[in-house]
Amino acid sequence: MPKSSLKQTLKDLDTKKISIRELNQDYLKRIKENENLNVFIHFSEDNVLKQLDNLENDNSAKKLKGIPIAIKDLFCTKSMPTTAASKILENFNPTYESFVTQKLLDEGSIFVGKTNLDEFAMGSATNTSFFGNTINPLSKENEPLAPGGSSGGSAAAVAADLCLGATGTDTGGSIRQPASFCGVVGIKPTYGLCSRWGIAAFASSLDQAGIFSHNVEDASILLQSIAGFDQRDSTSAKVDIPNYFENLDDDLNGKTVGIPKEYSIDGTPMEISQIWEDAIKVLEKKGVKIKNISLPHTKYALPTYYIIAPAEASSNLARYDGVKYGFRSDEIDSLDEMYENTRAQGFGREVKRRILIGTYVLSAGYYDAYYLKAQKVRKLIADDFNKAFKECDFIVTPTAPSAAFPLNEKQNDPIKMYLNDVFTVPASLAGLPGISIPFGKDKNNLPLGIQILGKHFDEQQVFNAAVSLERSYE
Amino acid sequence: MKIDKNTINKIARLSRIKLDDKESEDYIKDLNSILDWVEQLNEVNTENVEPLSNISSSILPKREDVSNDTNSSEEILENAPDKLEGFFAVPKVVE
Repeated sequence: MPKSSLKQTLKDLDTKKISIRELNQDYLKRIKENENLNVFIHFSEDNVLKQLDNLENDNSAKKLKGIPIAIKDLFCTKSMPTTAASKILENFNPTYESFVTQKLLDEGSIFVGKTNLDEFAMGSATNTSFFGNTINPLSKENEPLAPGGSSGGSAAAVAADLCLGATGTDTGGSIRQPASFCGVVGIKPTYGLCSRWGIAAFASSLDQAGIFSHNVEDASILLQSIAGFDQRDSTSAKVDIPNYFENLDDDLNGKTVGIPKEYSIDGTPMEISQIWEDAIKVLEKKGVKIKNISLPHTKYALPTYYIIAPAEASSNLARYDGVKYGFRSDEIDSLDEMYENTRAQGFGREVKRRILIGTYVLSAGYYDAYYLKAQKVRKLIADDFNKAFKECDFIVTPTAPSAAFPLNEKQNDPIKMYLNDVFTVPASLAGLPGISIPFGKDKNNLPLGIQILGKHFDEQQVFNAAVSLERSYE
Repeated sequence: MKIDKNTINKIARLSRIKLDDKESEDYIKDLNSILDWVEQLNEVNTENVEPLSNISSSILPKREDVSNDTNSSEEILENAPDKLEGFFAVPKVVE
């Protein structure tokens, strides 16, 4: 089977080689055949057929007309429920559309369903969802693998070819790590490039929407579609959005790539060091100057993140109180009882753990020692990148410290789980754009990912380096 | 040990999350191990470093200061677990 591509499909639709209906029926068939992967929290064939009918009666030209797209179930959608994979939002039907999904609708895309994720995007394996695990489509029979997380459903949806692209959100690596685990492309753009309006908030100073796709070209098309200024998000950036796809240029001659020595971490599997070296060699052959750089505060990124993200989460998730929307407990003898029982029964274990830790680090007497300290270290981490980017055009690292791990691997130790994000969190703290592309395999033939980081709002450079590496690998 | 039984009860109360004894025990263990781990930040000299709270602070755009009058109370109440005459309804607060 030839690899699916959005670019090729758009051409085939244009030349009438295939109709919108045929295309989507093909995808519906595959979605139904792959129900065992538990990719979707919400999927309704009728809903897809209804969208098809509407589009067929619409004669206007639209950029993504009829293109099947999967939506992470953290984006509010009017046409489908939105759960954030939590019991507390089990029956939530948004009355408004998120900025990102509205943009995709305006361009004529078809939403095939809402994809599974870690509850409120808190996790790295899509195993904290109230609606069960998603299975990595690359698993061998009887050996289910995790798809990564938190956007594991979206990554799996692209890997199993259940859509031509998917939305995700990335707070500390939630697009890039699952992209690496599932062997697809995933881009988290610069903080502020895509409005957060209508995305259930986790950690507002870090959350950013992005794209999963089959290849870099497709990602460049889709990212352009969801980017843009929106005054309803106070951190949305007023910047020109270039035509990333038209501007793609795989000629990197004369560019400089930064290789941060701090990303060589003890215990990283040989295979991952190997693909990193391979990528550097490929770039060198293309005339790219290799520059060893230092990001000295890298080792402090994870503990910094695990103070800031839970602190912001504890504040953001205060809104789920059983009053305005979502689940309310039956045990409601008093107002306080209602709050406490609703939140005890509505949130899962990892979410409660993060709310508790966040509440602690923000509480009187501890704020300076934890939260303020973490914000200061965050500044140093961001400064490290600013200095490094004076000497290089982009940075190349591995995406994750392992390939996809078994689904049933015991995850009792939270810190061990948090280490999955070791290579992705620093760029999140600095708000930088980053992409993960498949690059090589491990000894079990599982895909490994290479991460490319760029300067703020320099997504074009990130795409150019990514497409260049991708073309050399294929 | 930073978190003991009293502290976890206090945080749980601030968070409005009821915990049973078994959960309290588990969270005491988890939170202590996480707090021990983040302790390494104390190695970093942050004297005279400005805290970074918002990565995009330098480019915050302004908007026109115009009022926008919409009545969307029905939409707002649409997902409420309990409502009464155009308001959210909650258990009785005053005895």
